Amino acid sequence: MALNLGELSLAELRSRLACGLDLRTGPFRFLIRSRHEYVARGLATLYPDFPLQEGGFRDFHIRVDKVSGPRRWYRPQCNFWHDGHEPFKPLPADHAFPLLEWGMNWCIAGHAQHYLMLHAAVLERHGRAVILPGDPGAGKSTLTAALTLSGWRLLSDEITLIDRNDGLIVPLARPVSLKNQSIDIIRAAFPQAVIGDIALDTHKGTVAHLKPPRESVARMDEKARATHIVFPRWRADASAHLGHHSKADAFIHAATHGFNYSLLGRLGFELNAALIDTCDCWDFEYSRLEDALTVFEELVS
Amino acid sequence: MRPACGAFLHALREPAVMAGFDTQIWDHVIRQARAAGLLGRLGALASGFSERLPEAVWRHLEAALTLAEQQRRAVHWELGQLSRTLASIEGPVVLLKGAAYAAADLPPAAGRIFTDIDLLVPQAQLGTAELALRLDGWFTSAHDAYDLRYYREWMHELPPMRHIRRQTLLDLHHNILPETSRRKTQPALILAAALPLAEFPRFSIPEPADQVLHSATHLFHEGEWQHGLRDLADIDALLRAYGADAAFWPRLLARAATLNLGRPLYYALRYARHLLRTPIPEEAIATCPERSGSVSGAVMDALFLPAFASAHAECRAAFSGIASFLLYVRSHWLRMPVHLLIPHLLRKAFKPVE
Repeated sequence: MALNLGELSLAELRSRLACGLDLRTGPFRFLIRSRHEYVARGLATLYPDFPLQEGGFRDFHIRVDKVSGPRRWYRPQCNFWHDGHEPFKPLPADHAFPLLEWGMNWCIAGHAQHYLMLHAAVLERHGRAVILPGDPGAGKSTLTAALTLSGWRLLSDEITLIDRNDGLIVPLARPVSLKNQSIDIIRAAFPQAVIGDIALDTHKGTVAHLKPPRESVARMDEKARATHIVFPRWRADASAHLGHHSKADAFIHAATHGFNYSLLGRLGFELNAALIDTCDCWDFEYSRLEDALTVFEELVS
Repeated sequence: MRPACGAFLHALREPAVMAGFDTQIWDHVIRQARAAGLLGRLGALASGFSERLPEAVWRHLEAALTLAEQQRRAVHWELGQLSRTLASIEGPVVLLKGAAYAAADLPPAAGRIFTDIDLLVPQAQLGTAELALRLDGWFTSAHDAYDLRYYREWMHELPPMRHIRRQTLLDLHHNILPETSRRKTQPALILAAALPLAEFPRFSIPEPADQVLHSATHLFHEGEWQHGLRDLADIDALLRAYGADAAFWPRLLARAATLNLGRPLYYALRYARHLLRTPIPEEAIATCPERSGSVSGAVMDALFLPAFASAHAECRAAFSGIASFLLYVRSHWLRMPVHLLIPHLLRKAFKPVE
């Protein structure tokens, strides 16, 4: 009988994490080990609706813990292990949860060459998936969080997975990463939003994660067809405005911002071309979230 | 070797058994294969019956095959570029190991991942080749004067070069063993016997026996044990392909004697048969030049067998750390005479970390 993580008490969660918590997100199973309190708390807050599994094949065996040696005690540091290897430099111990999130992204982006992987958020409404490629600072995560909290199904925040066999979007439904001002903006606009611990002074600034809605997680095995690619840009005092974005440019953008476009060779070209062919491509400028939500609702209805 | 590793080795020996692995076994095998650099090879071995593997498992194998295919494309393209860069070099430019397998589509190429392109040129052409590469954007990473001297006077290759735009790594060799090595061979014979490639006329590959001998020499002299099993799997693939012709074996043994590479060949045959069940005629092992005696054989087994399994924590025996260290010492012992080795190791030990 499959259990959801939220059905465990914090004590049960801690003891499972000590020997390996078997968590599934979309097509991937992570066996997560950690004795770090922030990791347990972050998972309890942000992943309660995710199913736990037991035994069998796990895609990634990972661990986040304090490092050994003097830096365990003096200005403590933590690190991320993938099957015994440490791909990153240690971080301050109170960045343990974002480190887990980044480590999970690294696992997928570095190994899941089975998919075409775009660096983009993707959400679905009325059976239509909208891809939001994100240049840093464009307000992609804020928009993703706002849509997620307004009835859209969250498919993924950082990595858009495209199935090589049918070209459909494969959901991950993992938490949305919020940075700096966007944390307060989302808190103010959506008081019901569940946001995890705040990590200060990371290499991305202040970081916190938004819990994905239960329904998005419950439907994470349901693939979606992409119909729109929208390049968002936040600009102070701009009125919400959709403008034509050339398909040729959208193709190049997806190719150059993908995690593995060139690695997939011909297949990458074909998947990308099929995606751009079936999607309407738009530039979207906005300043107010409520205007953005209206425009997006019209886009897919 | 601990039973935890048994399934992985079994899959390399008899690929068909993979169809019967349950997900519990795969949870170990995929990670062990990835650590050993053999995930793509497992994928290639299983590609004929992929529908009989769990879907989540096949995704990893197919991902590894995708990566290997990209590397094959990249090497082919890079060789096209290098053909122009090295057009003016006199004599053969011989591709070694991974690049040779990829360029000639030799059996070890299936699903193989590699990190650099190894080239062998006549020693007299080394300066010209280096200059041509530099003019085309290949640079050595920063080394101090000591490192440069180490490579240029004592080693069999220049410091690794990296292309300034494409980031490809390249090793330019003029020998397959260091100048200071206790063991001497004759690279001129390997160059003379090399076979030109139809697709890349600028390049040649070693003749079949020399492919095996170079791979064996590299494996048992360089001390890069994290790739040990992968290199042994290359040798296994070569021997399975060439060894089907009975005439290959006497040629291989004679060539080993000529090139003074009997001992590394003996180890390669011994451990390929022991770990991968490579079909090797008894006579080939019995008549291999420089077979080790029973005592030294037992000592080397105690060192090599754990080292082959050292890539993944689950396969490491209690003593494999010691074995790997002793093999590291051995690789240096083979590489340099003591009057060079002691100062060299001291220098490495006390050099500040960069």
